[in-house]
Amino acid sequence: MAGLQSQDFARISATNFRPPDVRHDFEVAKLIDVSKCIGCKACQSACLEWNNLREEVGINRGVYDNPHDLTPNTWTLMRFTEWENPQSGNLEWLIRKDGCMHCADPGCLKACPSPGAIVQYNNGIVDFVSEHCIGCGYCVKGCPFNIPRISQADHKAYKCTLCSDRVSVGQAPACAKACPTGAIVFGTKKAMLDYAQTRLTDLKSRGFKNAGIYDPPGVGGTHVMYVLQHADQPQLYAGLPQNPRISQVVELWKGLTKYAGMAAVGFAAAFAFVHATVARRNDVSRAEDREAEHLIDEEAARGRKA
Amino acid sequence: MAVRREEARTTVDRYPGRVRVNHWVTAISLILLAISGAALFHPSLFFLSSFFGGGSNTRWLHPWIGVVLLASFTILFTQMVRYNFWTKADTKWMGHIGEVMSGREENLPEIGKYNGAQKIVFWLMTVSIIVLFISGIVIWYEYFGASFTIEQQRFGHIVHALAAVAMLLVVIVHIYAGFYVRGTISAMTEGKVTGGWAYRHHRLWLRGEAREGVIDERQTPLRGHNTRPAE
Repeated sequence: MAGLQSQDFARISATNFRPPDVRHDFEVAKLIDVSKCIGCKACQSACLEWNNLREEVGINRGVYDNPHDLTPNTWTLMRFTEWENPQSGNLEWLIRKDGCMHCADPGCLKACPSPGAIVQYNNGIVDFVSEHCIGCGYCVKGCPFNIPRISQADHKAYKCTLCSDRVSVGQAPACAKACPTGAIVFGTKKAMLDYAQTRLTDLKSRGFKNAGIYDPPGVGGTHVMYVLQHADQPQLYAGLPQNPRISQVVELWKGLTKYAGMAAVGFAAAFAFVHATVARRNDVSRAEDREAEHLIDEEAARGRKA
Repeated sequence: MAVRREEARTTVDRYPGRVRVNHWVTAISLILLAISGAALFHPSLFFLSSFFGGGSNTRWLHPWIGVVLLASFTILFTQMVRYNFWTKADTKWMGHIGEVMSGREENLPEIGKYNGAQKIVFWLMTVSIIVLFISGIVIWYEYFGASFTIEQQRFGHIVHALAAVAMLLVVIVHIYAGFYVRGTISAMTEGKVTGGWAYRHHRLWLRGEAREGVIDERQTPLRGHNTRPAE
């Protein structure tokens, strides 16, 4: 996506200043109710259509997942899991719509080295700004959900934009608009959390006692949330992480290393400068030039004898 | 390699052209790598990417410059490694490093082609270049993004950053030593140093070179052959 020219930035990648809050906006969120999903992939189609993307014709590997993973063109993907519930003995078909979670504390943005290539709008949407993207793949390492994909065609990173272009003109994301069962709903984060509570009441009344909202605090909460029937075991849903957070290695790399590295190099350069200014010159004296001549004569004579 | 008695001075050959070419290819690649790497390392230095035609160009050029550096340093390594094995004299010399830094070299043991500090620089450069190359491959996303797990790539990044900082520190020592110890730079620009310089800093090496023979370049050239004006 290109930048929306809105200046409603909460964060800008690789930028030292905090952008001024020109305007305040509601935090938005998309709520994906896994218990209502029928796996029709209308959301996938709507995503391709609205964003004018085409996926290559793939191959069938005996599972419903199509394509098999997120790609630079597939920004959202239904992941199908068949799970036998040991308590009820039921076979449960857990279908999770995978894609960018729009973290409040986005690892991609933290890892990005290019100023303004990743921005977070005041409404919480994390967006990639392609004209500033350099294709380094750092966002891939920053992301705790393994979402960004780098195109081998134009060497830019791609992921779900939460239809930031639609949201900016008051429309819901294309996937939410297309969902035939109302499994995907969109609104302010507060409204979505309130609505999710009604879904939990319903699910619990039907025996899903561990039903819950997936809004992981390790990344400051997300602007894409799930209603899960088994919120105590999110990993059941095609490996949804239990407690996602930005990797400690990335935090160290983008934190302490960045400053300590700059300081160490700066200190060494400063030491060289001070030493050059105050230390006695290390220069060859006239006497050493003369003694060198004697030594060369001596050694040359020795060399001739040998 | 030889000692030469020139008209106004005595010089000792230190580096033939093939070593100097490798040294400068390595040096130029290293500076380009440091600038492009710094651009990707810290947001405040991202403007350095404009020297390479923007961020995307910096992203793809940096690893290829690294390949050039690895190739030229590998050759440099084979040219220099035999002079860089540690001796007892090096340990003794390192004990006097403070005196060297104060411009006093009277109490030092006689040293061959390289002193202890130079050998440490050589080996630290070797190790950091190997570490940088391996970690660099792990994070070379365009070609190796699918070959390593994301977790491995995360470690690759931090190792690459730390090794780069370590190497920059070694390079700063190396460059500064070249300027601080007067008369050193000509070894890599003209390929030779003065007799006095060799006597002061690498006397054991000077002995060996002198024993090989002294070329006297002072005699008047044969009549008719002197086509250049007298200097």
